[in-house]
Amino acid sequence: MAALDELDRRLIDAFQRGLPLDSRPFAAMAERLGVSEAAVIERLRELQQSQVLSRVGPVFDHALAGASLLAAVAVPEAERDAAAAVINRSPGVNHNYAREHDFNLWFVMTAADEVQLESRLEALEEELGVPVLRLPMLEGFHIDLGFPIPWAELETP
Amino acid sequence: MSVSTCPSEPAEAAEGGLDAIDRAIVLATQSGLPLVPDPWGAVARPLGLTGEVVRARMQRMQESGVIRRIAAVPNHYRLGYVANGMTVWDVDDAHIQRLGREVATIPGVSHCYRRPRHLPEWPYNLFVMLHGKSQAEVERQAEALRERLGEACRDHRILYSSRILKKTGLRLARQPGPPR
Repeated sequence: MAALDELDRRLIDAFQRGLPLDSRPFAAMAERLGVSEAAVIERLRELQQSQVLSRVGPVFDHALAGASLLAAVAVPEAERDAAAAVINRSPGVNHNYAREHDFNLWFVMTAADEVQLESRLEALEEELGVPVLRLPMLEGFHIDLGFPIPWAELETP
Repeated sequence: MSVSTCPSEPAEAAEGGLDAIDRAIVLATQSGLPLVPDPWGAVARPLGLTGEVVRARMQRMQESGVIRRIAAVPNHYRLGYVANGMTVWDVDDAHIQRLGREVATIPGVSHCYRRPRHLPEWPYNLFVMLHGKSQAEVERQAEALRERLGEACRDHRILYSSRILKKTGLRLARQPGPPR
């Protein structure tokens, strides 16, 4: 784990769920933390540089893409990488993970609307020669709002 | 719903009810805000807008749900959460709403969704993403989850990711003819 001091941790704890949407957001953060605006900006730059933060900015909902779903295919292990390459160059795919299961490739497919989404999935099925398991979200009980980071626990080996 | 007769890509423009200015703001901010005292102004200037317009539109996109949050987004892997398991559960439909909400509050859970079953090959209707320091910790979290679900849960699996083959986050495609 990257070495983080107390200010780094307070920054992450306080703002992983949202920044103040002030005209000077980093000054507002600084005020809450009791440090200077310049110190907040410098820390955020460093944390971004060291990839502790993937970014400081908006997290978009899948609604942005119009239509999307989680999809999976089961392909023979020997053909997995070739199938993954086909999936990755298919339009609208933004995640693709190999997972340890018969359904061994898992990806998110997006499109402007449901009609385009279905036609993209059908085109992919034809190219891959296997059916695509369609797993749209029916209900979100908890959607990536971050979770409390147990700093002390992370430090134990 | 109208179906385009043109086989080429329909404009992905009407996405989420965004207009051209919103889209330009999304494109300018989707890999992060500039880390300067006035980030809204810095985003606004190349687009010929004011910082206040950018800030107000981003706030509106957040209120409408297109933006989930504007935040310092941690990279959990770099924080030591090196194991993640997509756990999938076959939960009695009669109890899934209550249980889904309960499970969502368990530490280590980042996502908790209901999705359709596809019988017989896919009986799982609840997806819970777990993050831990090790595979053993993810397994302990899954065990705690199984106890919480109790008899309403018939079966479950932990699907570890063996490789990330693509991860770009949600991105709007750039289009020709950007707004002036």
